Amino acid sequence: MKKIIKKTPLNSVHKKSGAKMIEFGGWEMPVRYKGIIAEHNVTREKAGIFDVSHMGEILINGDKALDELQYLVTNDVSRLKKGQILYTPMCNNSGGVVDDVLIYCKKEREVYLLVVNAANTDKDFEWIKDNIHQENVNVVNISDKTGQISLQGPFAEKILQKVADYNLKNMKHFWFEEDIEIKGVKCIVSRTGYTGEDGFEIYIPWERTELIWNLLLEIGKDNGLEPCGLGARDTLRLEACLPLYGHELRENLTPVAAGLTRFVKLDKGDFLGKDAIEEELSKGPEYKLVAFEMLERGIPRSGYKIVKDDDEVGFVTSGSYSPTLRKNVGLGYVKTEAAKTGEEIHILIRNKKVKAKIVKKPFYNREV
Amino acid sequence: MYPRDLKYTKEHEWIRVEGDEGTVGITHFAQKELGDIVFVELPEEGEEVVQGDSLAVIESVKAVSDVYSPISGTIIQVNQRLEDEPELINKDPYDEGWIVVIKIKDKDELEDLMSNEEYQELLEGEED
Repeated sequence: MKKIIKKTPLNSVHKKSGAKMIEFGGWEMPVRYKGIIAEHNVTREKAGIFDVSHMGEILINGDKALDELQYLVTNDVSRLKKGQILYTPMCNNSGGVVDDVLIYCKKEREVYLLVVNAANTDKDFEWIKDNIHQENVNVVNISDKTGQISLQGPFAEKILQKVADYNLKNMKHFWFEEDIEIKGVKCIVSRTGYTGEDGFEIYIPWERTELIWNLLLEIGKDNGLEPCGLGARDTLRLEACLPLYGHELRENLTPVAAGLTRFVKLDKGDFLGKDAIEEELSKGPEYKLVAFEMLERGIPRSGYKIVKDDDEVGFVTSGSYSPTLRKNVGLGYVKTEAAKTGEEIHILIRNKKVKAKIVKKPFYNREV
Repeated sequence: MYPRDLKYTKEHEWIRVEGDEGTVGITHFAQKELGDIVFVELPEEGEEVVQGDSLAVIESVKAVSDVYSPISGTIIQVNQRLEDEPELINKDPYDEGWIVVIKIKDKDELEDLMSNEEYQELLEGEED
């Protein structure tokens, strides 16, 4: 069977502008325009715009929507006010991570929008439907109708303010507003992102996404705005130590091992994976996710082994040259007894042991 | 973009032959495909290489790529500047971005390589 690769509403725009395209999570996406390092730096220093229309959006509504979500995810959804957003792992019965998602509260107790990882959209949709008990809760996959643009960087607010009919100063981090009009198009705008910078994510009807993309690029020009690909998105999130599903997060590792325990609320009642997570917390996880920087020459890459005194103690989940730090850095799982800040480890690169040091997370924290 | 005086491999290396020595690098196409080059792992001077074997490793932000030797012989010089300035390969792939100089063992092996016309034909097949 021929594999179908999906295209975002901006596919032809990317190709026309000469972006290099790759397949990611079943989608044809731009990996870079001018170059990953330049795009990375412009997002840190000015502003970058990213096509993230591949992300999945699942709408859950009904009288008992909140109860269902409380059972599906590990964080406490009942704390959400209308217009507020929550980050949460969604786990299976053994505590492994099915996905990490954002939950947008559109109406308290009743209407929520889940934003999920592109490659997991279909899996999540089935998972949610299979694990919902009530008949009067609707689960709708609106991914194919929803375009998404991420505008990130210190000038993001200034740029978006030129065209949005809403005072963005009033929008706090992890809050959103519905029906913000941009050039007559009603969008959901949230103060969120995946870069470690201030920024916004804009949800747009599929067929109007190109209009908004072109508009933002045009009006952002004076502020140095540049289009950015998945390559820069990956280096930006790595520096901020934001986990990526399929790398740091997996179905056989718990949020505890991933360092996401603060997004698990054991006192909220029953939820999927609770027993397993409680057990993991009481015994302590076998592996812990750590950040490390290379002390000798070499770039760590996903899948490389981590060794200490000739013993294999873990594996790399993400690694790259860090444009902001100008060092080679990585994230990886290391046996708990070795997972201490300052500890020297070795990364096995092409059968050579290359020295690295465990450091505090994150690598990069923006000045506020 | 693909100088006439060089010979090319289908893996996008070039060699410039002067007497019994050959300078080796990667082509403009290869550096463009890789994107920002951030790391080069170089061989040692004096190492013997066989045509088609991995000679060096080049890493861009996203990709790890082997450089295959266009020819058999002994490495007599390596471009140490690439350790601190790997981006030289992006900026100037045929001159400052050279990787090694090889003392050629058997010049007949040059017959296996492509001229610039042949290489450009190959690229036309690879590019969209």
